[in-house]
Amino acid sequence: MAYVLLRHREIPELHKLEVYKRNGGFEAFKKAVTQMKPNEVTDLVKSSGLRGRGGAAFPTGVKWSFIDNKIWPHYVVANADESEPGTFKDREIMENNPLQFLEGVAIASYAVGAKSAYIYLRGEFWKIAAFLDEKIAELEEAGYLGEGLFGTDTSLHIYTHLGAGAYICGEETAMLESIEGKRGQPRIRPPFPAVHGLYGKPTVVNNVETLTNLPMIVANGSDWYKTMGTPDSAGVKIFSLSGRVRKPDNYELPFGTTFRQLIYGYGGGVQEGRPVKAIMPAGASSSFIIADDRVLDTPMDYASVRALGADLGSASVIVIDDTVSIDWVISKTVHFFKHESCGKCTPCREGTYWMSNIVERLEGAHPAQADVDLLLSVARQMQNKCLCPLGEFSTMAVVTGIERFPQDFQKAGEPDTARLPDDLKQAVSHSV
Amino acid sequence: MTKQVTLTIDGKQITVPEGMLVVNAAKLAGTDVPVFCYHPKMEPVGMCRMCLVEIGRPMMDRTTGKPILDEKGEPKLQFGPKLETACTNPVSEGMVVLTQSEKAKAGQKSTVEFLLTSHPLDCPICDKGGECPLQNLTMAHGPGKSRFLYDEKMHLAKNVPLGELIYLDRERCIQCARCVRFQDEVVGDPVLGFDERGRSMQIVSLSEPGFNSVFSGNTTDICPVGALTTADFRFGARPWELQSSASICTQCPVGCNITFNTRREAMSDGKIVIKRVMPRQNEEVNEIWICDKGRFAYHFAESKERLSRPHIRRKGAAENRAEHPSQRASWEAAEELAGEGFLKARKNLVVLASGRLSNEDLFNLKALTDQVGGKAVLYSDMGGGNLTSIVGVGLGTNLGEMGSAQKGKIASTIVVMASDLYEEAPVWYLRVKQAAENGATLIVANPRETKLDRFASFVVRYAYGDEVKTVQVLTKKGKIGDAFMKAENAVILFGSEGLGLEASTALATACARALNDTGHVGKPNNGLIGVWPRANDQGAWEIGFCPVEDLQAVFDGADAVYIAGADPFGDGALKIKGGKSRPFMVVQDLFETETAKLADVVLPAQAYTEREGTFTSGERRVQRFYQAVPALEGTQPDFAITSQIARQMGVILEGTSASVVFEIMAADNPSFAGLNYPRLAEVEPQWPIVGRGDVYYGGTTYENRQGLGVQLTNAAQRGEKVSLPRVPKVTALRPKEKKLLAVPVTKLYDRGVTVSTSVLLDQRVGEAFVALHPNTAEQFGVAAGEQVTLSLDGASETVVVKMDGTISTGVALVPRSMGLPIRGPVEASVKIAKKAAVR
Repeated sequence: MAYVLLRHREIPELHKLEVYKRNGGFEAFKKAVTQMKPNEVTDLVKSSGLRGRGGAAFPTGVKWSFIDNKIWPHYVVANADESEPGTFKDREIMENNPLQFLEGVAIASYAVGAKSAYIYLRGEFWKIAAFLDEKIAELEEAGYLGEGLFGTDTSLHIYTHLGAGAYICGEETAMLESIEGKRGQPRIRPPFPAVHGLYGKPTVVNNVETLTNLPMIVANGSDWYKTMGTPDSAGVKIFSLSGRVRKPDNYELPFGTTFRQLIYGYGGGVQEGRPVKAIMPAGASSSFIIADDRVLDTPMDYASVRALGADLGSASVIVIDDTVSIDWVISKTVHFFKHESCGKCTPCREGTYWMSNIVERLEGAHPAQADVDLLLSVARQMQNKCLCPLGEFSTMAVVTGIERFPQDFQKAGEPDTARLPDDLKQAVSHSV
Repeated sequence: MTKQVTLTIDGKQITVPEGMLVVNAAKLAGTDVPVFCYHPKMEPVGMCRMCLVEIGRPMMDRTTGKPILDEKGEPKLQFGPKLETACTNPVSEGMVVLTQSEKAKAGQKSTVEFLLTSHPLDCPICDKGGECPLQNLTMAHGPGKSRFLYDEKMHLAKNVPLGELIYLDRERCIQCARCVRFQDEVVGDPVLGFDERGRSMQIVSLSEPGFNSVFSGNTTDICPVGALTTADFRFGARPWELQSSASICTQCPVGCNITFNTRREAMSDGKIVIKRVMPRQNEEVNEIWICDKGRFAYHFAESKERLSRPHIRRKGAAENRAEHPSQRASWEAAEELAGEGFLKARKNLVVLASGRLSNEDLFNLKALTDQVGGKAVLYSDMGGGNLTSIVGVGLGTNLGEMGSAQKGKIASTIVVMASDLYEEAPVWYLRVKQAAENGATLIVANPRETKLDRFASFVVRYAYGDEVKTVQVLTKKGKIGDAFMKAENAVILFGSEGLGLEASTALATACARALNDTGHVGKPNNGLIGVWPRANDQGAWEIGFCPVEDLQAVFDGADAVYIAGADPFGDGALKIKGGKSRPFMVVQDLFETETAKLADVVLPAQAYTEREGTFTSGERRVQRFYQAVPALEGTQPDFAITSQIARQMGVILEGTSASVVFEIMAADNPSFAGLNYPRLAEVEPQWPIVGRGDVYYGGTTYENRQGLGVQLTNAAQRGEKVSLPRVPKVTALRPKEKKLLAVPVTKLYDRGVTVSTSVLLDQRVGEAFVALHPNTAEQFGVAAGEQVTLSLDGASETVVVKMDGTISTGVALVPRSMGLPIRGPVEASVKIAKKAAVR
């Protein structure tokens, strides 16, 4: 099957404009601008079944149709913050197939009437930002971006914007704040960006991978796109496979590919031939899935993975084998979320800090069962109370880890009260 | 009218305007939803997660748009899977809110527990203890027992000065951002911010000097924990030891309602002293805010330098002061001497009083003056108070409520003319800013940039001296003229930026005529407001005191002068001229001022904190102040002293009860007709509801139980014929070659007695300066930061040069009350100061 997104893997030097053009580059954008009305582009994307690839899997065309046409101007923002541990797909696209991505940004902008689009990249992607800037300049030179495109009155300018390396800026409203020059902290939703987005104007925020699909959908039609994947999850997805597999990499595969095909067929199986113990299908934000034969034969689409008690999210599949204890894994995820909590809302700011303290105790010399119970209690206490998804994500691995792998959380010790003054020992209660 | 919706909160049905937030609707229904980050004066952010409640909304049939009914015929409710924040959700028809359900209470409890994991729990040494939202909400909703290991607490710096006035305790901060948002949204001075993230997130000052805002103290009122404290009250007292008494701030003409918190304490030799000044809610005056000058500059009355005994100089001794020093005397002897002198002078008695005095004091002084046919002179360089009596803002005026039709208000225009409100009347700056944000057309006309410019629809620059012409043109011509003429409501605030008495009188007249010509008089939210230099200047005008152009001539021509609440010799407004016989002088004051040192009779007056009375604000609102501390022994209220002198002269004036003086005044003066102390003490329900037990909702601002005051009607509103004087012709001063036009400007933190006795604010005063346009500085060969000798009116002083690129060339801005006396535009020169000789 030919690649839809990672086309650079079969077409050398696709990042060069003349190579990209030779392979149909910017025909889709030209077709959209010269032959289609903006709402026709939106309808086409709606009917293609394309869903957001950043993790939330919201239907892209539907998201565009929410944009408020009473308020102008509109903006498009490409989310290239790719910060989820275990996710590394957008980077490969932008480094190797940048023009298809930029064409996607252009098509989305045309569809929603945006004359300015921003690409928000995590700070570590500064080289990619410079590379994209070069490409944008080339496109302006070649007349694919700028004013009066293809002889129409359509115009578009694309700007890159570097973050400073905060995970939270991948959350769309925190990203908008960051672009506006403010602290990267999420806003209360509603209002959603489609109504009140960048600079208070209607804004569409799409993931890099989502946008990179667009030129192919416009060029080949929605029916073509739906020939791939499943009815619920149309098209292809880049699966970032990592963990204890032999060949960690990005794999562009149609939705509905099974975990077994991904891990054993493409990923070469688990290192040292050990069995898969657990799967985190969406990076550090993931719930743990207990890996058994039924799970391994489950097709990877949004609904099927949901049925396993997890979310496919951005499809950053982390494979855990039986050499790894789950309590060690959550010590890593909890530390990550504590470090990345923006501090705006109480449950996340305090809860991640508290969980990280408990996890450190569990990793220390006196791991106590009471601390495991406390950890689970704190995580549950955070759930459904946070301002944005980050805080909620931080509890996923903790709750499902302790619930689904209790054997990894059998701690024999007693609470470590030795360091406390005598009169406080009694006062310290870890009862839940 | 806004659409009303009916909802049910904890089983209680309530009807409120559409768009109101659930937390506020609950407050109206008598349910206190616990909050930390939410504050009714600021936009909701939903970040503390304390106000978690269950919200059910009627399920709607998509095809009919009507609610789906259950078998009992009641609308079916849909509750979300998550708890929702009461502070971010607006009410809707048929909504059901549960604040006390198991689920809601568990949510609230969990937030308190999370907050406490990082909190030091040092309530016993915390200034907020006793009036702390976190403490109260912990008692109400907290878990009671800690699951967090105390020795794993994060320890952080506990006394971080954000500036000289405000200290931050980083451990106590719960990152609610109220202080940051107050500075951003309410003040428009975004000088605070957050640094770091997650649990390391901390408040930092982004300005130099630190926390550079004159509203900084308000952040300590709205801080829901003891993280922000004032350097003034820090470790000063426990809240439950404090008594409170209502008062009015006297620092400017706004008339902010305040509460003095007092305590009897050993460290003050067993005296009852003021420990802090807190705002008291008056939504039509200061809402729930006060400026830092009002909050910190109250120490003057505690000074050890206060006069406490009358002093007299024997007859004829005034000519030769050195040989005849003044001596302590009894009240009777002093008053007898004063009365004698006044009777002798008859119509050559001049009574010079300032707007520092209360209405009652001024009324008695005026009555005494009238008895002998003397002259009552207001100690001020600003004119126009007679005009505000005719066309001042009408009864019912509320600046903060003005706005535009688009924002659901009445189309309004506010003109700020020749005034830097941020420096002259800070809370009016907040109120006018708010009106502009509500959509009012704000026109700021000033010869230089001011902070209010940022919120103005139109900024007008004119040259010093062109004030009258500017008002006449801008209220009639072009887009600005349209905005003024066509506005349904229009208010002009005029100040004395760069002006003396003559020019400010002319400006006031031009403003009054512009308002009258366009029908903007005699109605609420219409009319003229004087940005007076003192708190009760308006009251003095109402009572019949007027300033005079040539104060020196009036003084020199008098046989006797009675000076109350003014220090003209200290200010350089009067000079003793050699050779001439000096008028007999009686001075009553708090301190032995330069003027008092020259007097034949000195009478020790009470501070306004030691007695009761009323002031009339610039918006002509009469407001009561109450006694806060016992009077300094040996002192008397000004109105009583005047009454006793009058008695010596055979005149009976009320001298024991301020309220009776007020009633006599109300019977005598049509402006005050119908008013009395009980009427001034009336209150009405105000929104938002603040104070009471739930300090977490609106902060520690005091609820107003002692009176909202009453605005005076004006001649236009009473339907009397409005006849305004012609605009007097003022010849603008044109300085000679190589000379500068020096003009006075007002700074909030000046060298006045209230600031200089405040150790804290004194640090913010800075050095005496002259501001020049860079081109002017170049022409005179001086540079920014350089010491120069500034000479004007025969006096000179060494000052520092500052640059202001927004003023015209050839102009020198000289701040009032900063060393060099300046009463109006005057010719001046600068030259580089001689360096002190090196020894």
